[in-house]
Amino acid sequence: MNKIETANVNLHYGDFHALKGITMSIQENSVTALIGPSGCGKSTYLRLFNRMNDLISNVEITGDVLVEGKDIYERGVDVDELRKKVGMVFQKPNPFPKTIYENVAYGLRVNGIKDKAFIEERVERSLHQAALWEEVKDKLKKSAFELSGGQQQRLCIARALAIEPTVLLMDEPASALDPLSTAKIEELIYELKNKYTIIIVTHNMQQAGRVSDRTAFFYMGELIEMDETKMIFTNPKNLRTQNYITGRFG
Amino acid sequence: MRRRFAKFFEKLIEAALLVSGTFTSVIVLLIILFLFNEGAGLFRESPVEKGSVVALNRANPINALSPEELKNIFDQKIVFWKSLGGTSDSIKLFRVDDVAKYYTEGQIGSNFEHLDSCISDYVGKTPNVVAFFPKEYAKAGFKGKLVTIKTITIGSFVSGKEWFPTAQPVAQMGVLSLILGTLWVSLAAIIFALPLGLATAIYLAEIADSRVRNILKPLIELLAGIPSVVYGFFGLIVIVPLIKNVFGLDVGETALAGSIILGIMALPTIITISEDALRNTPRAMKEASLALGATKWQTIYKVSIPYSASGITAGAILGIGRAIGETMAVLMVTGNSAIIPHSLLQPVRTIPATIAAELGEAAQGGLHYKALFALGCILFVITFFINLSVEFISSKRKGEKHI
Repeated sequence: MNKIETANVNLHYGDFHALKGITMSIQENSVTALIGPSGCGKSTYLRLFNRMNDLISNVEITGDVLVEGKDIYERGVDVDELRKKVGMVFQKPNPFPKTIYENVAYGLRVNGIKDKAFIEERVERSLHQAALWEEVKDKLKKSAFELSGGQQQRLCIARALAIEPTVLLMDEPASALDPLSTAKIEELIYELKNKYTIIIVTHNMQQAGRVSDRTAFFYMGELIEMDETKMIFTNPKNLRTQNYITGRFG
Repeated sequence: MRRRFAKFFEKLIEAALLVSGTFTSVIVLLIILFLFNEGAGLFRESPVEKGSVVALNRANPINALSPEELKNIFDQKIVFWKSLGGTSDSIKLFRVDDVAKYYTEGQIGSNFEHLDSCISDYVGKTPNVVAFFPKEYAKAGFKGKLVTIKTITIGSFVSGKEWFPTAQPVAQMGVLSLILGTLWVSLAAIIFALPLGLATAIYLAEIADSRVRNILKPLIELLAGIPSVVYGFFGLIVIVPLIKNVFGLDVGETALAGSIILGIMALPTIITISEDALRNTPRAMKEASLALGATKWQTIYKVSIPYSASGITAGAILGIGRAIGETMAVLMVTGNSAIIPHSLLQPVRTIPATIAAELGEAAQGGLHYKALFALGCILFVITFFINLSVEFISSKRKGEKHI
């Protein structure tokens, strides 16, 4: 079943045509990698799904973006509700200057949940899911800034999971991390895909190859090719895809 | 050759920059030194009017009096020597004009040529007297004894409640009412200005689109450029009558009027600094909050405001600093009576207003003049601590901060 579908999506930043007629389907409980050179529009495309592009003035979007069959750019769509369903992890770890516990609880609190026991239970479960619980269970009241970069990023994943989204957007989640932390995040992505539909933007070809089921190659705002990850890396149909994954440009 | 010249030229510029830096620092230090030197004079000098003395009968065991004691004696608040540790006699006041009560014109002499011996005689024969008269009448062979008047202490200066710098026989230099007046007016000003300023800053930083912002921000900064005397005018013509009518007072010149004007004057400082702080909230942090389904307003008060709390505090404190030092506008609208304020609807007098109003009439080098400098020192210390606390708050590392 297709969790997310876009049909002929165009996006303009002022005069700049950032996404050009993109049509794509993303399956439920799978990992989709978006790859391509810098400025190709892959992050912009990712940010369509939780309407993060709305924060930038002068953006114009045409075409259909369907999440669970509903057009999220229709009038009357509650953006805050959408963002509860579509979680996001950013490129750099961006925990709040709060305690580890409060970071994870934030999403619950802003959604008006006050039941202490419930929050406690959810925080613990999210930290377990993000494979961070063992490392932080004794210092939940400490500042999130005391964690290492990799731990902070897993904290941000736990924070996103706490409000039980069904889709998880990841914008180069491991690009600011060391190889060991990167491996942990990748392992995590592999485990999470049983429950979540994950879309990940990455610059790292090997990473795309390791974690994703399907890969989409973007170039200059266009979707050049999308296929099973194995196919993209072994037998790309388009010459530009081949050139990119073999490192001839990037 | 040309290279050498260029190098020499660079050195020359460096030297010029060094000289300007040194010059500025030295000037600042000199001003502070001057201020404290003049102010400290107050505590070294006898507070009795220049050229006058206070004398007692030789049998009186008291040898020294504090300025407050002397004032209370002449105000007849102290009427028995016992209260000062002396005999149980009542105190008899004697001023130079009183001499006519005890001696005939013939005894004094038609040109007052025997005035000195009359005073000497009277002080010598009256055991419970305290006499205050010009120094020139206490000649050799004076039959009384001159008492030393203790100098004003820093403690009594700061905690004294009465400010009568030209009172006789002894000036009263208590500045508590002035200090409290200053703090009272400034604090109230911040209570008005902080909510308004913060609201404006939040609007400018988070809500207003760039077109509105580009109009509003320069307009607010323009507020800082209006001369304070114009604020004073505005206060005097608009706010003072308004307060008078609204509260049904006899006079509208009150602490409240000063606070409102100071609040308006502190607004640009609070707004600009808070807005800068709010805009410095990392975009990533705001995005993280929004991506978790927080509304814009939740993001503002749960992320942006706590993150920029130190900047907002710094803005508020600098606003207070501006209010505390403000002179002209306050002088014009607060009514300037040196009483300890109990409500915002009373007239108060602030330190800067006192200095500005009284320095012109104080004799240079005199006690009053020095007292005004000492007041200046107090003001300097207050603002110094304010600046220090701003420095302390804004130097706190943002990364280690908890919200």
